[in-house]
Amino acid sequence: MNKTRIGELEGIAREIRMLTIDEIGFLGVGHIGGAMSVVELLTLLYYEHMVVDPAKPRESERDWLVLSKGHAGPTLYATLAHKGFFPREWLHTLNQGGTSLPSHCDRNLTPGVDMTTGSLGQGFSAAVGVALGLLMQGRSSKVFTVIGDGESDEGQVWEAAMFAAHHKLDNLVGFTDYNKQQLDGTTKDILDLESLDEKWRAFGWFTQRVNGHDFASLDEAVRRAKANTGKPSMIVMDTIKGKGCSFAEGLVSNHNMSFGMEEANKAIAILRAETVGGGA
Amino acid sequence: MESKEMRAAYADTLVELAATNPEIVVLEADLMRATGTGSFQKAYPDRLVNVGVAEANMVGIASGLSATGKIPFASTFGCFASRRAFDQFFLSANYARLNVKLVGTDPGVTAAYNGGTHMPFEDLALMRTVPGLTIAEPSDPASCAALVRAAAAMYGCVYLRLPRKAAPYLYGSGEKFEFGKSKVLKDGKDLCFVSLGALMAGECLAAAKLLEAEGINAGVIDALSLKPLDSPAILAAARATGRIITAENHQIAGGLGSAVAELLAENSFGGGFARVGVRDLFGEVGTQDYLMKRFGLTAADLARQARAMLGA
Ligand SMILES: Cc1ncc(C[n+]2csc(CCOP(=O)(O)OP(=O)(O)O)c2C)c(N)n1
Repeated sequence: MNKTRIGELEGIAREIRMLTIDEIGFLGVGHIGGAMSVVELLTLLYYEHMVVDPAKPRESERDWLVLSKGHAGPTLYATLAHKGFFPREWLHTLNQGGTSLPSHCDRNLTPGVDMTTGSLGQGFSAAVGVALGLLMQGRSSKVFTVIGDGESDEGQVWEAAMFAAHHKLDNLVGFTDYNKQQLDGTTKDILDLESLDEKWRAFGWFTQRVNGHDFASLDEAVRRAKANTGKPSMIVMDTIKGKGCSFAEGLVSNHNMSFGMEEANKAIAILRAETVGGGA
Repeated sequence: MESKEMRAAYADTLVELAATNPEIVVLEADLMRATGTGSFQKAYPDRLVNVGVAEANMVGIASGLSATGKIPFASTFGCFASRRAFDQFFLSANYARLNVKLVGTDPGVTAAYNGGTHMPFEDLALMRTVPGLTIAEPSDPASCAALVRAAAAMYGCVYLRLPRKAAPYLYGSGEKFEFGKSKVLKDGKDLCFVSLGALMAGECLAAAKLLEAEGINAGVIDALSLKPLDSPAILAAARATGRIITAENHQIAGGLGSAVAELLAENSFGGGFARVGVRDLFGEVGTQDYLMKRFGLTAADLARQARAMLGA
């Protein structure tokens, strides 16, 4: 990926990050930590890799995304709005009664959302099912799915992992958002996942480990994963919970935070200044 | 009215019990910050086990711990405590005749912004099918503390349904509570509401007040214990007033309304009966107030039901 394209993607990611902070700040509370750590990934997938048509979200030849860590819904909504699946104004309806944008992803409410998630572990199995179904139908579509590191505590994740390898689902590309934090603390303190890459390899997955905030390496890993045959792919992304949101990044308790527009606007101003300054 | 966070009532009681009973242990599945048992962890760091995001595993571990004589209190959101770990709770804990206290927080519409995926309207219905299981939903901080103590004191599995938010005290500190016993919150002549949980107790009392202004005298029974149900008290109220309306933050299928309907039908009660609760719908996202209206759980809904029954 060339420098210009990387710069463009960084710019889009910054906009999606700002939209997400504004979206949650407008409501006043939300899962900001895990929303921020997947911004680069969703930007890269929707702007570089996925075959999708915002005008036809259920197009049968599309690629799929199952955001199994469904509490990061607000980032997906900001990305879909940015991409044109629905008007950006919708973002201010997050969690309001009757909204199309609930805190956790819902395939029946939001154009472009492929699977209902929120009960951790379930989306990952569903993604495996989608991948199997698409192969059975002889389609060439890819299925991308994102799990959290805390989510990886669920046994269901590993049941699905074994199944996907056994069935050689090479149309499936999984990502672990390895931000080293779950709800009650660090993964190291609550339930240590190490060595995570070796676990995935042992489960029969083509496994790569990259910096999940670096477009060049993330893009290269996705390219390799898409080209890989005979095995499902797992990309373990080293990420930072709360990344790029000034008041959330670096906090131990940034899983679900209450904050209003004043704080949101400060964080957005810092990101905007980066844009003016020509990027980080 | 004085109030206290229900989760604080839960955690404070566990800390108090742990001081005299070394077997008490607390299990969490990466929701300790929500359940509020951090105070327990501070007091007894070695007796709080956080298993990570793995509810089924948590209930299995709790079962094993109880086989060694420990008294595990395991908590998570009610949706996961019931739906996610049901088989483990049914089999490893209950069928194996062990001693696991399972706590499901954020019942029904109190899940609010977490939305439909996190909104248990069916946990009580599932739990009621487990033979011999004790099920209760405290209505205030005092009943919460008392029922946690009662759960620790008895041998056998218990499911407690707990909102984490603050609830006003309905009872004084001297009040005695036991599983299988309800409380009369208000006497009434014309009909009796039977409520379950803090939220619906409050709505029933408010409905009774609305009706009072219209000359309708409604009583309120705080069921507290769903299984065993306080059958004698509910039957007596049905016979005395001739009309019962149940109120639950749950599906009308399988929960309090069903339990009371079964009781009344099997005892040939021929008077008025209605259930206020969620009518065959999934949960949704929104504020608690919005959801109360959306699902017809407000005092106004209860009063409307009462008027209809009385032909008023
Ligand atoms: C089955 C299930 N259990 C518990 C929860 C509550 N919960 C939501 S997010 C979360 C922590 C998840 O940690 P992680 O997967 O690392 O997400 P991230 O840190 O990326 O936000 C928990 C326990 C849930 N949504 N689903």
